[in-house]
Amino acid sequence: MNLVATVVLSFSLAGAMAMLHRMDRMRRLTEAQEALYIRSPNVLRRMSLGYTGLLADIYWTRAVQYFGEQHYSGTGDFRLLAPLLEVTTELDPRLFPAYEFGANFLSPKPPSGAGLPGAALSLLKYGVEHNPNQWRLYYDLGFVYYTEFKDYAKAADAFAQGAKLPVTNEYMPILAARMAQHAGEFDTARMLWRITYENTKDARIRQNAVEHLLALQVDEQVTQLQEVVKRYREQTGRLPASMGDLERAGFIRGTPTDPTGHPYRLMSDGRIEVQDPKTLYFITKGLPPGMAPPQPAHESQPDSKSTSK
Amino acid sequence: MNSRIGFVAFNTFREAVRDRVLYNLIAFALMLSGAAILVGEISIDIERLVVVNLGLTAVSLFGVVIAIFIGIGLVSKEIDKRTLYTVLSRPVRRWEFVVGKFFGLTGTLVVNTFFMALGVFLALLYVAHRFQKMDFWVLVALYFIVLQFFIVCSLALFFSTFSTPLMSAVFTFALFVIGSLAEDLRGFARVTQGVAGWIATGIAYVVPNFSALNIIGAVAHGDPVAGRLILYSTIYALLYSAIAISGAVLVFQHRNLK
Repeated sequence: MNLVATVVLSFSLAGAMAMLHRMDRMRRLTEAQEALYIRSPNVLRRMSLGYTGLLADIYWTRAVQYFGEQHYSGTGDFRLLAPLLEVTTELDPRLFPAYEFGANFLSPKPPSGAGLPGAALSLLKYGVEHNPNQWRLYYDLGFVYYTEFKDYAKAADAFAQGAKLPVTNEYMPILAARMAQHAGEFDTARMLWRITYENTKDARIRQNAVEHLLALQVDEQVTQLQEVVKRYREQTGRLPASMGDLERAGFIRGTPTDPTGHPYRLMSDGRIEVQDPKTLYFITKGLPPGMAPPQPAHESQPDSKSTSK
Repeated sequence: MNSRIGFVAFNTFREAVRDRVLYNLIAFALMLSGAAILVGEISIDIERLVVVNLGLTAVSLFGVVIAIFIGIGLVSKEIDKRTLYTVLSRPVRRWEFVVGKFFGLTGTLVVNTFFMALGVFLALLYVAHRFQKMDFWVLVALYFIVLQFFIVCSLALFFSTFSTPLMSAVFTFALFVIGSLAEDLRGFARVTQGVAGWIATGIAYVVPNFSALNIIGAVAHGDPVAGRLILYSTIYALLYSAIAISGAVLVFQHRNLK
């Protein structure tokens, strides 16, 4: 009898798991896992019987997982991301990672983000409203205004407000001034990424900031080299045939290399290109014609942590 | 405490331990350690928050469930098994029996909470690698949870003196839910006019205000808790428990046990 019971138990267990696996596949097809049954934070708050902190953590984890899955699948459909973040932050208005990372899931264009900068602004404004003493939220707000909307006045205002707080970052007033002057694009962007790098403990975000800083370095160098080629042409009436021509004419010293150590290539039409564009994520200059800015490769598992900021 | 109350309390505690109530600690430990390890992998930047929120919520809910399911049987089970007659045939007064039962159950929950608190602090140490000043407030939140247990135990015991275990569980749990939504009830009372407003205000003050004793969200963010709030909450919980225990004694004194 024991043997029969053991066999039935084993077969039933295996069968149940197989059925569940099939059900999961069907659910995936019908996108059943994306359902957000209750969108009202007030209803959720009451249902949680006051244990809103834990519920907010669960919703934040859901938002992270949702973004990761959609990002990984490449569908570009992020319609539940903003509601998930809204529920999360209304359940716990002080859950700072939800503002900081949530805005960076929402604002960048796909494939890096959801391409919903308006929703990112709403999220951050809600965060500032409920946490007016957190300089980091003003920084994120200014960051989105600057990077996604190129709205220098509002970015300057956000950085200036953050700069006035008793506890703030030393770069905030500088950023506010730069935004107001609308000057030094590369330096400003570099400063923003440096602040991001210095103010996060998350290794992936630090890595992302490093990649953006390297991309800025490439963009700036390519811009400068392009200017050198232009001046060479104006002086000699022809395009340089190689970097050696530029060096011999005294425009550059040595062969300029990108951050990976590869020399920049001078193309026959005078354009400057990097040798291996796939290894330099986020660069916008030095790319072959028609090539989109390279993005970090997707990881093998859905993981939303390859954030844009 | 008089020795007879102590005797009943100790036996209640021993019976709870014999009923393997403390086994819930294993589930708690597994849940908390699992969360502490996994959350870092599946979420971002909320490891400490999850340990505090999940740990304290679990301590609270596990304790409330234990308080209800043991509390509702404290008197009725003794009557069903006829062990009550053995106790009352000794020089133990009825009120001593009720009060002893209350202390026995709350004692069980305090011991349970102590071990869970150890688990919470170990998990905090695991995720943060060191204790921080704000972890002290987690201890205060645990104290507030124990105050909640006092009220739940007293209510379960009160209902247990005159109702069936099932109905006692329903009444106690319903009061726990209503009490957890007490702030909403007050909000409703504020915006309601006339007789309905008076009734709503009355209910809002009569039901146990569990939401006022829930400070998990605040301590999770490291907010300090005012000493005066701790004092007032303690007095409130003790007074409310005293109300329910007195009610239980009054009902039990007049109950015909023949």
